[in-house]
Amino acid sequence: MVARVQIPQQAKRGEVIEVRIVIQHSMETGFRHDDVGRLIKRNVINVLSCRYNGAEVFRADLSSGIAANPYLQFYTVADSSGEFEFSWVDDEGARGSERRSIAVSG
Amino acid sequence: MKPVLWLVAAAFAGSAHAQGRAIALDQVRSGSTFLSKDLREMQQDDLANPAMLWAENGAKLWREPAGRDGRSCASCHQDAETSMRGVATRYPRVDSASGILLNLEARINRCRTEHMAAAPLRYESNELLSLTVHVARQSRGMPLEVAIGGPARAHFEAGRAYYYQRHGQMNLSCAHCHEANWNKRLYSEAITQGQPNAYPAYRLEWQTLGSLQRRLRACLSGIRAEMLPYGSPEYHDLELFLAWRAQGLPVEAPGVRR
Repeated sequence: MVARVQIPQQAKRGEVIEVRIVIQHSMETGFRHDDVGRLIKRNVINVLSCRYNGAEVFRADLSSGIAANPYLQFYTVADSSGEFEFSWVDDEGARGSERRSIAVSG
Repeated sequence: MKPVLWLVAAAFAGSAHAQGRAIALDQVRSGSTFLSKDLREMQQDDLANPAMLWAENGAKLWREPAGRDGRSCASCHQDAETSMRGVATRYPRVDSASGILLNLEARINRCRTEHMAAAPLRYESNELLSLTVHVARQSRGMPLEVAIGGPARAHFEAGRAYYYQRHGQMNLSCAHCHEANWNKRLYSEAITQGQPNAYPAYRLEWQTLGSLQRRLRACLSGIRAEMLPYGSPEYHDLELFLAWRAQGLPVEAPGVRR
């Protein structure tokens, strides 16, 4: 699973920063049928969470209504230098994760 | 009265495109100009544009050895950022060694079979799309400019003939929508000029990245015509004609389309 993350590399303490992530995933809805009429089993990323220096700052429960290759964006406050860790898991148990570090000054 | 007028108009249109461009160069418009503001922004934003997932994968595959000799694309072409700059503006192009007209996908597969002793990649596979988009995006913003003289001439004429040929149960040619009726609407959809400059593109309808040939097949299916297999020479000829038609339009690959 390829994922792309964008956060600022540097920020001032107390600054509100934008966090963006896009993950390559088919987000199979569970409502579609294959060529011979069999139901295709649902397989979506059902949870994505983001930890900032170990503390969870964002969590999303995704379901069938989310388009393929989901894009998420949220805001958080930069309070100390460290690492953002994203992790997610789909219905089939496949896991993915991404890390990005940030330097906070002031 | 009305049908007669239509016939006269069709006859004039026929003679116009036989000699030159049905859409004058200063009238040529990219498909992105028919999109909503949101989608245009999505295309230009390198994070929000989902096709960049494939582009990133393509950059990785570029350096990955494949085939018997353990060579990668980078073994010959080094950095795609410099060596592939502007390449997509010149394709489809006749391969001087074999005399065959190749689009980017076919060029990549030919490189694999001729120079890397590797198996060709399947059309619409993630690998081939990724590599194609990695090559194409190095020409982003550069104007399309394909050669139609010399060995390309016959392909160009065949592509043009295919474009103006009526196809399928609806008895429509490409020109009936994309030259006679562009900027009008088909239900909720804008009819565009059918310019190829954003492909491979991420289509929301597909929920994935797809090649220009996949888009052409979607058109053929829409007019209830026979879809030719991927990689058919007819598509390559048509792609050459389309690229000539789009002359001067900046490459947008990877684009975002509805």
